[in-house]
Amino acid sequence: MCTTCGCSDDARAKLTNMETGDVVMIDEHSHHHHHEYNHSHDHHHHDDGHTHSHAHDHPHDHAHTHAGMHGTAISLETEILAKNDKLAERNRGWFEGRNILALNLVSSPGSGKTTLLERTIRDLSSEIPINVIEGDQETVNDAQRIKDTGCRVVQINTGTGCHLEADMLARGLKDLQPPLHSVVMIENVGNLVCPALFDLGEHCKVAILSVTEGEDKPVKYPHMFSAAKVMLLNKADLLPHLDFNVDQCVDYARQVNPEIEVFIVSAKTGDGMTDWYDWLRTNIPATSKEEAIV
Amino acid sequence: MHELGITRNIVAIVSENAGDRPVSRITLDIGKLSAIMPDAIRFCFDICSKNTPLENARLEINEIPGQGRCDICGKTIELEQPFGQCECGSRRITCIAGDEMKIREMEVM
Repeated sequence: MCTTCGCSDDARAKLTNMETGDVVMIDEHSHHHHHEYNHSHDHHHHDDGHTHSHAHDHPHDHAHTHAGMHGTAISLETEILAKNDKLAERNRGWFEGRNILALNLVSSPGSGKTTLLERTIRDLSSEIPINVIEGDQETVNDAQRIKDTGCRVVQINTGTGCHLEADMLARGLKDLQPPLHSVVMIENVGNLVCPALFDLGEHCKVAILSVTEGEDKPVKYPHMFSAAKVMLLNKADLLPHLDFNVDQCVDYARQVNPEIEVFIVSAKTGDGMTDWYDWLRTNIPATSKEEAIV
Repeated sequence: MHELGITRNIVAIVSENAGDRPVSRITLDIGKLSAIMPDAIRFCFDICSKNTPLENARLEINEIPGQGRCDICGKTIELEQPFGQCECGSRRITCIAGDEMKIREMEVM
């Protein structure tokens, strides 16, 4: 490496002409340097009168084409969300080591996530310990509702943030201290866009869509529905009053994600909820089920 | 508007790598299927880079077109969205390009 200009003959380094914007691979261009080494010094500081002088004049003239005006290109090849992904992996290991099933619940605002959670917690309370991390921009209203079911809950308010991130979850878990062999439900901020990008370390994402929304939501927000493993189609009790086409909606969801599991439920009446509970039972790490049965 | 958070991430990663050196250019790879809008990144970049080593840096964004491979017949198809259907009828498509969200390189002075 040239220590004066810092440019490197590393294969990945490039050189850019700031005037023209031309980019040259360092190992391809003729490496002309023109660093003036023209210094001489005399030393007269020895008490014994001994003096020496040396002058070096070595203009090593391998002419430099990027005299002072160039930058050094440094390859980063870094995922923009690398930091979040790393923390998410830590969370994932944390859950695995404790036999905890963590689910990231994602939906639009108003799809009935909190009602669905309340029902699930109440119906399964004697069987599966469930604790909750609530994510909202503001208020602790949802956390209060969940707390009233008798389970442990931590609210994370993201302020202007439109999604939870892995570090927020890690902090929330420190407070929540969920027991071994349990379920942690992470209720993400109501938003079908951003939460799709941010891994929290969950086992999987569960998308909740209500029949009061458009049936084409899965194709309108494909990132979310392709990132989710399960879709809960909620508020099914309202279907008689609506034009919502369930088959069409499920077909849209499968267009985006052929593997997605779909449950049609009403968190209000409890219809269809047993299939969802069965799915939970199947996906809880084995020892948790064994303990739950005991 | 997750691009603001995304852009903050970009500025943080590049600043960390640049140390005290001013950054003259950064190059990103943003896939067209990645749910990130390059224009929004550009808009946020001016704000996020203030008082950082990236303050005067030029922002280059390579937009990578979407491509998928059919899980059934193996054919490669162009993708305009993060899902699609192959000629063979299959909807099982694995995205092979277009979901990039990467800082490719930076140029320091």
